[in-house]
Amino acid sequence: MSDIILETRGLTKRYGGVHALEDANFVLRKGEHVAVVGDNGAGKSTFVRQITAVEQRSAGQVFFDGQDVNFTGPLEAREAGIETVFQTLALADDLDVPSNLFLGRELYKLRLGPFSILDRKAMRERTLEALKTTAVKIPNVDNPIRNMSGGQRQCVSIARTAAFASKLVIMDEPTAALGVQETAQVENIIRGLKERNIPMILVSHNLRQVFDLVDRIVVFRRGRIVASLNKDETDGNDIVSYITGVKGVETADA
Amino acid sequence: MSTTTHGLGGLKYDPSRRARAPEWNVFFALIGIVLIFELVGRIFMGDSFLFNTRDNVDAIFNHQRLQIIILQVSITGIIALGVTQVIISGGIDLSSGSIVGATAMVAMSFAQVAMVNGNPNPKAIFAAQGWLDLPVIVPVMVGLGCGLLAGFVNGALVAYTKIPPFIATLGMMVTARGIAKWWSKGNPISFPTDSYAAIGKGMMPVVIFVGLAVLFHLILTYTRYGKHCYGIGSNEQAMRMSGINVEKSKVLIYVIAGLLSALAAIVLSSKNLTAQAGMGVMYELDAIAMAVIGGVSLQGGRGSIIGTVLGALIFGVIISGFTFLKLDAYYQEMVKGVIIVGAVVLDQWRQRGRGRG
Repeated sequence: MSDIILETRGLTKRYGGVHALEDANFVLRKGEHVAVVGDNGAGKSTFVRQITAVEQRSAGQVFFDGQDVNFTGPLEAREAGIETVFQTLALADDLDVPSNLFLGRELYKLRLGPFSILDRKAMRERTLEALKTTAVKIPNVDNPIRNMSGGQRQCVSIARTAAFASKLVIMDEPTAALGVQETAQVENIIRGLKERNIPMILVSHNLRQVFDLVDRIVVFRRGRIVASLNKDETDGNDIVSYITGVKGVETADA
Repeated sequence: MSTTTHGLGGLKYDPSRRARAPEWNVFFALIGIVLIFELVGRIFMGDSFLFNTRDNVDAIFNHQRLQIIILQVSITGIIALGVTQVIISGGIDLSSGSIVGATAMVAMSFAQVAMVNGNPNPKAIFAAQGWLDLPVIVPVMVGLGCGLLAGFVNGALVAYTKIPPFIATLGMMVTARGIAKWWSKGNPISFPTDSYAAIGKGMMPVVIFVGLAVLFHLILTYTRYGKHCYGIGSNEQAMRMSGINVEKSKVLIYVIAGLLSALAAIVLSSKNLTAQAGMGVMYELDAIAMAVIGGVSLQGGRGSIIGTVLGALIFGVIISGFTFLKLDAYYQEMVKGVIIVGAVVLDQWRQRGRGRG
């Protein structure tokens, strides 16, 4: 059995004439945390969207857990074991924290088709457990999340991902809109994933964070992977020169 | 760990300072309106709105008035229960009143007696087929079938063609009214069987309304369907990303609304002992108004069955109050309009007060 959890070969996405992603060859090993960095429009989010099947790729192959996969939508990807934190929050503002955590995979007391009766107590207890590991501050999980801060909401979103994570976690700029303290909380959750040996792809603009959290850094530029560097063998300046195109031919494989 | 009063991450949380449920505001409004009528009645009419003033009757309250208040809103109230679910899920249903008209006509034509006062029923629609004196289950099932079909078409249009619910149900509103008129070429249909007439007799509409209100309150609060209603109205995209079949849920929501409209039609035609093509005109707007007055947000995601029931009661109190004050029906409509707009304005303010939105 191979230790590769995710591999892409020649992954390509074009929007009309725009080549958002060209021939991306990428490998992620089990337990490995990889950061995807690059300038705006470099293809980071596009890359992630092809893996999670939010969009359908134009060409190339994706292998997940040894299988050549062709997910038709994010739901299938999730069922296969890919948990994603999207750039836009996938939360329902008028629902409380447990409802959001269990959105789409509610626990039931009694199954009656669409009128299945929810096990609200169990969902609430498991929510508290999941949130305790994140150290997020939420005054009352029974309130609709509408009234919570951006950081609290993002922590709910990430706690959901962490709680259900099984094979692979993908986070697309999870701390982009957060304050210092909230960012620290999110980073704690990510460290928790590392301890649980769950592999992760982190899309981030924050190089400090990247060097803090991941094993390997993959640099995108103009829709191509231009570098794949172990954290210990590189530094911030090096990464920046790849991002800006000072270094690196545009054909490297990850 | 304590179960109800903890705050995560060391934040203090005082449950007594929790925001008051919006239904309380509606409840206070209801009390306020009753008090206004009581005061105005005492001052200008020399009579009490709420309390019993008849010498020959031994009771504290004016039971007759209380009964009328709830009886006159229970049929539109049944519709409002369905409309509430549609609005919570971010939609709107303009077709309820027309579904009432069409369903009443169709159901009634299967509920007719063979003989009226010893003569063959002159108005029997299906005399040739011999479909007379049928057991009550037949017109009821046929009626509910009409509602189910109409609701399914509404839901499928909204969910799969992605046209705005306003347009989809507007189409159904016009079409169903056309069907109601075409069914008997505009003639009223009368003479139902005794068992059909029993459905809407006396206080039966109230019993049905209250029973359904309790049922749907429980469904919206404790089941997956309820959770998904609020979720879809709150953030449809998030529901989709979480793997929920939004389309299927929407169809179900509109089907339930259609079924409730059909049920209202059955109760109404039974109560009136007749069905007419013009039945239920404007009911959809009354039902929407009840929901909105009860705090159901037209933006979706917020509201409750309790709120809608209180909204319906406010409606009933206003109608009764105006009759009590011997004011013309014209004023009723004017005031109703003002109250609907007022309720939405208040809702907007309340939301702005809560900041994030």
